[in-house]
Amino acid sequence: MRLDELPAGIDAIIDHIDHRGADDTVAQRLGELGFVPGEPLRIVAIGPFGGDPLAVKIGFTRFALRRSEASRVILQDVA
Amino acid sequence: MDVLIETLPLRAALVGNPNCGKTSLFNLLTGSRQKVANYAGVTVERKEGRFTTPGGRPFRLLDLPGAYSLAATSPDEAVTRDVCAGRYKGEPAPELLICVLDATNLRLHLRFALEVCRLGRPTIIVLNMLDAARKEGLEIDLPRLSAELGAPVVGVVAIRKSGASDLLKLLDNPPLHAPVIQADAHEEVHATVRRLLTECTSRPAVASEALEDRLDRWILHPVWGLMILLALMFVMFQAVFSWAQPVMDAVDAGVSGFGEMIRQFLPDGLIRSLLVDGIIAGAGTVVVFLPQILILFLWILILEESGYLPRAAFLLDRIMASAGLSGRSFIPLLSSFACAVPGIMATRTIQNPRDRLVTILLAPLMTCSARLPVYALLIAAFIPRRSIGGMVNQQGLVLFALYMVAILSALGVAWVMKRGGAQEEHPLLMELPAYRWPSLRNVALGLWQRAVIFLSRVGSIIVTLSVLLWALSSFPAPPAGATGPAIDYSLAGWIGHIMLPVFAPLGFTWQICVALIPGLAAREVAVSALATVYAVGGVDTDAASQLIPILSRQWSLATGLSLMAWYVYAPQCFSTLAVIRRETGGWKVVFQTAGYLFGLAYLASFLTWRFALAMGWGPS
Repeated sequence: MRLDELPAGIDAIIDHIDHRGADDTVAQRLGELGFVPGEPLRIVAIGPFGGDPLAVKIGFTRFALRRSEASRVILQDVA
Repeated sequence: MDVLIETLPLRAALVGNPNCGKTSLFNLLTGSRQKVANYAGVTVERKEGRFTTPGGRPFRLLDLPGAYSLAATSPDEAVTRDVCAGRYKGEPAPELLICVLDATNLRLHLRFALEVCRLGRPTIIVLNMLDAARKEGLEIDLPRLSAELGAPVVGVVAIRKSGASDLLKLLDNPPLHAPVIQADAHEEVHATVRRLLTECTSRPAVASEALEDRLDRWILHPVWGLMILLALMFVMFQAVFSWAQPVMDAVDAGVSGFGEMIRQFLPDGLIRSLLVDGIIAGAGTVVVFLPQILILFLWILILEESGYLPRAAFLLDRIMASAGLSGRSFIPLLSSFACAVPGIMATRTIQNPRDRLVTILLAPLMTCSARLPVYALLIAAFIPRRSIGGMVNQQGLVLFALYMVAILSALGVAWVMKRGGAQEEHPLLMELPAYRWPSLRNVALGLWQRAVIFLSRVGSIIVTLSVLLWALSSFPAPPAGATGPAIDYSLAGWIGHIMLPVFAPLGFTWQICVALIPGLAAREVAVSALATVYAVGGVDTDAASQLIPILSRQWSLATGLSLMAWYVYAPQCFSTLAVIRRETGGWKVVFQTAGYLFGLAYLASFLTWRFALAMGWGPS
């Protein structure tokens, strides 16, 4: 499942980040912001217009991600 | 050699993630001994300050832009990367790096600290908000962390007055060797962070984030969040308009009063005219903006410091994204309805340089309050006070249309710029920081800096141009026995007549052309300039009411409408152009703005004039 498909308020764990192309700065930046395999996260709020962007809580930080950015975050399948 | 080291200030630089409290620490250490400028050639703010440790060692401290990584993705981060590496042109490499981490957010911030330590420059690690971390039940083993990173680690509380005492003690004898990192260089950086967290910290309490969770449930809520935002914006604009207005009126009256005093004191002549109509009037235009700027920035600084501003951007991002911008552009653009000058200064809160530039370019299209006197005059002169369908006042409708046309044009211009710009993805990826009480020191220093920048850098341009305009409108003096208004004989009058062939296709008269020149000082000056050209005496407020019948007699409806269309776009505001010059650090954007606004104004006036002629509203 991708992060943009995750329902709000459900805990999930990052499986990997999908790099689009050899030089995907968005994917690289996601990693620098702590979106790395094994990290738990949760969507805490969804933007009021068109459900975009998403407010994601990861560790002790919250980030606003547009859906296109969130779609790079691939989550572990829930057992 | 020892003597030299003792007396020359040590060059240190603060680095850290955004929202780590770096600037609070900078303010705490340097107080008001700060210099704010731009880095050469970029619109990134450069802040440098001085301080002396209790032991008497002087420091020059650079507050580098916040960065998540040294693999820079924005001009801000590129400045930080290059200065840290000693590669920034004209900026000597710092002799000491002070890396600031938020102790309550080590998971994110330690990663950057590791990057900084691996640069191999003398480094001190500062854990900010150590008290908050302890309160949350998080214990950090500072000696252990220090051993792992191979650099001294101290705790500070940047929002408390004595919060940096440990750091200052350490700075008496700062480390002048590179960090000796124990961590394996081949270990993946996130793995190192995880290992350091388990080895050097106790398990953090979970309850600590309840505040953010509770507040965000309301503030980011699709309905309540927007209501809260709406209410905040409403109060903010009430403040900007109704609190600032009496102060602005008082300033205005004070400046005119001072001018009158000088006028009575000095003999009639060139010097008196230069002082009163050139310099004092010009300085008055500058000072009169100050109340609005200060009140607006008081709000923006509080919203930014408290952590609300990124959340407002979150709520509005989608709407602004449809125009190719991000939610961060909303408040600067909204502020521009009061005045583009504070609006453009508020674009500092936009980190993305492209968004910032587009927002600056769009700000003059928001109908500022200075256009109202001009609209009011023209509407009163040409639009009959009739109600349509018994409900809507025709005059009000035209005013509304003028505002709407401006907003729609801004959307159109944004769309075109998005088209013309690079097609690369331009990410949001914005941190929503923890909520904090705004610190009085940070807000006060921020206000002080905005005021100084505006008065000194923007003010000097405005006063210079005012004097130039005064000279254009005063020289040469009318010949003896002249009957027409003095301005008609001046250089401005001459230029106005030369301009006529350019503006005649818009239906403008030579009087309008002449009035456009002093109107450059500020849009509302055009009203009194028209009064001067039509030789209407009396005070400003009087002038408008005397002008209305003259204008409706002498101009056709088509000319009136054409001039209204001109004012929707008209780039003729020196203050706006001066502040763009200051904020972008060059003339390029100034010319771009003036150029595209002039083009749009000309086009809109031309179309309006042609349309009005076709409707039979032309001169009879």
